[in-house]
Amino acid sequence: MLDGASENSRLDDAKVVCKDVSVSYSGKQALFDINLDIGSHQVTSLIGPSGCGKSTFLRCMNRMNDVIDGCVVTGSITVDGVEILDEEIDAVQLRRRVGMVFQKPNPFPKSIYDNIAYGPRIHGLVHGKDELDEVVQTSLERAGLWEEVKDRLAQPGTGLSGGQQQRLCIARAIAVRPDVILMDEPCSALDPIATARVEELIDELKRSYSIVIVTHSMQQAARVSQRTAFFHLGILVEVGETEQIFTNPRDERTQGYITGRYG
Amino acid sequence: MPNSDAHIVRSFAEELQLISATVAKMGGHAETILADAITALVRRDPDLATQAIQADKRVDALDADIEHQVVRMLALRQPMAVDLRSIISALKIAQSLERIADHAKNGAKRALVINQSQPMDATRGIVRLSDVAREMLRGVLDAYVNGDAEAAVKVRDRDEDLDVLYDGYFRECLTYMMEDSRNITAATHLLFIAKNIERIGDQCTNIAENVYFMQTGERLTASRSKGEDLSGGEQE
Repeated sequence: MLDGASENSRLDDAKVVCKDVSVSYSGKQALFDINLDIGSHQVTSLIGPSGCGKSTFLRCMNRMNDVIDGCVVTGSITVDGVEILDEEIDAVQLRRRVGMVFQKPNPFPKSIYDNIAYGPRIHGLVHGKDELDEVVQTSLERAGLWEEVKDRLAQPGTGLSGGQQQRLCIARAIAVRPDVILMDEPCSALDPIATARVEELIDELKRSYSIVIVTHSMQQAARVSQRTAFFHLGILVEVGETEQIFTNPRDERTQGYITGRYG
Repeated sequence: MPNSDAHIVRSFAEELQLISATVAKMGGHAETILADAITALVRRDPDLATQAIQADKRVDALDADIEHQVVRMLALRQPMAVDLRSIISALKIAQSLERIADHAKNGAKRALVINQSQPMDATRGIVRLSDVAREMLRGVLDAYVNGDAEAAVKVRDRDEDLDVLYDGYFRECLTYMMEDSRNITAATHLLFIAKNIERIGDQCTNIAENVYFMQTGERLTASRSKGEDLSGGEQE
């Protein structure tokens, strides 16, 4: 059988290069030697059953696992050639470059404006009110939210609908001009219309960013991503062009999972 | 067919099985129409010819049924991978079978006309042609039911034999026409039947390619070798 994992894991225009990434939680290994490149200006989706390690892998890319006690990450992950697992790397700076959007929208308990302005302010990316206003507007525009909130920027972000909150979180993520955006099931709490808006946004954003999305919806992976990686039991089983994975997967395990035969 | 038993959602597996069973049934009908049309021609049996013409309606109904099932499954199940391929293949194979039944029905209609004329030796040549076409049809339906890509390739390769037979038969009919101009009407009808059978071979080839795609996910690309084409045979 062809090995769809090692064959397609490398890319010429990789933004993020992961080599032999293993993760264990308090001695229990959750990820085994993952080798996977994340391409520039495209969406990579990570799919697999619960507990397969896809979210763990996603969190390695901005060192979110650092905050979990007993979590050990080994191997190498480079973003634009810079090793990010290096102790010297400031995780806060890293997370500016590798932003994240979570499953449940989590706006700060602040105004819509401040939700967006917070990142650029603390990272010192802007100088003066005018520049900040501009970043807030551009970010909200890019997240497709500007028209809906421009007249109530001072109101709390938590007062928005779920779908709007998620787009606010995406606007917040892009306000600090990241290179990579990680999304952990960004639509699982949204209705189909709000989901469609976020998917349209993801499609728009891939022109400027490299996006990695973890999703339980295979239809969503098929709709939004150009590459798909299938994880199972902590192993990267297969990665390839999304169309190939969903029409002609090479590994029996991938086939079983995506057709609902996984037992 | 893919192993649909292992589906977590049993009704999905049942729907997949129903589609393939309907395709197989349709193929069985198409086979019978072809066999009856040729037998009606050889035995000069107008009742059997009429029966073959009538039976085409059942094939059309099954074709509509398959289209309905396919659209429904695409909308409700969002099939992936081998399931997606087998559903799309079922739709395309049903289309080919519908065409095959039409070609066979056309043969039955012409048999009714030919039977008005004096018997001709040329009808025997038709039997040779239809035997190959029937073998191809049976072979490709078996390949579909058994999910056998290799068997499908073998069926595709047989189409060349049929094309050669057709070219030979074309010349044979011309000879009959030149011998005795009273043969022209019947021989022309026979030529049309032969052409229909040759087209059935092409449709079997299409089905074989679909079976191959369904099983492997790859397209059969290497083109069949085509012999000298004397009689305007179409390529698909």
